[in-house]
Amino acid sequence: MVKRPIYLDYQSTTPCDPRVLKMMLPYFTEEFGNPHSRSHAYGWKAEEAVDHAREQVAAILCADPREVIFTSGATEANNLAIKGVAHFYKEQKNHIITCSTEHKCVLDSCRHLQQEGFKVTYLPVKSNGIIDLDDLRKAITDQTVLVSIMAVNNEIGVIQPLAEIGKICRDAGVFFHTDAAQAVGKIPLDVNAMNIDLLSLSGHKLYGPKGVGALYVRRKPRVRLQALINGGGQERGMRSGTLSTPLCVGLGEACALAQTEMSAESIRLKALNARFYKAIQDSLEEVYLNGDAEQRIPGNLNISFAHVEGEGLMMGIKELALSSGSACTSASLEPSYVLRALGVEVEMAHTSLRIGFGRFTTEEDVDTAAQMIIKEVNRLRDMSPLWEMSRQGIDIKSIQWAEH
Amino acid sequence: MAYSQKVIDHYENPRNVGSLDAQDAAVGTGLVGAPACGDVMKLQIKVSDQGIIEDAKFKTFGCGSAIASSSLVTEWIKGKSLEEAGEIKNTTIAQHLSLPPVKIHCSMLAEDAIRAAIRDYKAKHPSA
Repeated sequence: MVKRPIYLDYQSTTPCDPRVLKMMLPYFTEEFGNPHSRSHAYGWKAEEAVDHAREQVAAILCADPREVIFTSGATEANNLAIKGVAHFYKEQKNHIITCSTEHKCVLDSCRHLQQEGFKVTYLPVKSNGIIDLDDLRKAITDQTVLVSIMAVNNEIGVIQPLAEIGKICRDAGVFFHTDAAQAVGKIPLDVNAMNIDLLSLSGHKLYGPKGVGALYVRRKPRVRLQALINGGGQERGMRSGTLSTPLCVGLGEACALAQTEMSAESIRLKALNARFYKAIQDSLEEVYLNGDAEQRIPGNLNISFAHVEGEGLMMGIKELALSSGSACTSASLEPSYVLRALGVEVEMAHTSLRIGFGRFTTEEDVDTAAQMIIKEVNRLRDMSPLWEMSRQGIDIKSIQWAEH
Repeated sequence: MAYSQKVIDHYENPRNVGSLDAQDAAVGTGLVGAPACGDVMKLQIKVSDQGIIEDAKFKTFGCGSAIASSSLVTEWIKGKSLEEAGEIKNTTIAQHLSLPPVKIHCSMLAEDAIRAAIRDYKAKHPSA
């Protein structure tokens, strides 16, 4: 068998933990009942499993199980939170606040609401990727119904000040939603201490199965939503459709494992991250970390390698599975909007790599990856006219480039 | 995205990487593209008294297709007259490397680079 690349793309997805899969399997075959069937033991067994999973999901958020709505993933949860709140309260309020580095599904949901006539404020971020709390305070009006700010950014891994945002929102009487797809199982979360009213999460970002996620919806003070999916009234009427018992069980087990292992795993990942970054910095000049160095999850690095184009670099390190901010493969040819929002120059955004470490990353993986990247960056810099100019002391910005 | 074998070959074993002395009267330099677009090519030609391209060197900042396009054209233009080199079309480059539509701009940049180098050489030799 051909040796597979070293997986360093844990912000994109994670493998389902074998311990999670093991818990799921019986619910595909023997325990196949419909968890909403109340009239026989098949249904009761499935319902019991779903209830247990709901408790496990609630536990990692310090929430009540009755506040957890299962969805198909974080995209659906984000859509439900944002559109659901906006639509339910539209007679009273019509303004939403979010930020420019949110995941596409949050931004696109907001754009959709703008087309319906809602007003949306997109807060900028500081150069470290974190919002300015004063900007948030100033943006809130008596028309604001919802603030949606992600917990952890998917590209640069920075952690937003959730507790501070929550307090501002609670004091102003505004609901606070956070997309925590990249945060659950990575950093401690407490919906009560942080005054979070709605929280989205995803199974496959925390070693659970793909195709399942959840939305936390606060009961006290109650947050109401208009459903996106109508039907049999499952999930307290907020999300109709028969639940997938095995997927719910998998999500629950993934949350339980993450909760137990988070503190030890954070320490391990922090050490791997530091080891990798030190190796890079010791061997290469002009490498820049994108996003705050401290306020970030331990499993993420986003680095610009000046004068080396990201996609070209990735082609040279095909034994590594990771992603680039260059996005030259996409039809738009536009580099990452997240890096641009930080004020990273377009040319530097083209030179970035996102490196994600996770549960199955070893020290050996990290050392191999660092050596491969160093070797390839040096090779491509020797081939780069920009590197040559910068060595000659020519300011690349002083040249009149013909943008094409 | 899958790259063609030819792109991979040029990317892994680029031909004629390097620089010629831009001040040399026999050398023409073309610098095209923009860092903000993620592609910059520097192509240099060394032209004999008879008007034949004796040597060509390149340096490229860009994706594998951009590197391959510039590497390929340095091979093609060596031994050609300025006129022949100036006739190389991006479509020929794109076809040879089997570039997908999203990478056609790399071949256009390589064509521009040849023309820019020829222009620079001609500017040094108004009578040529």
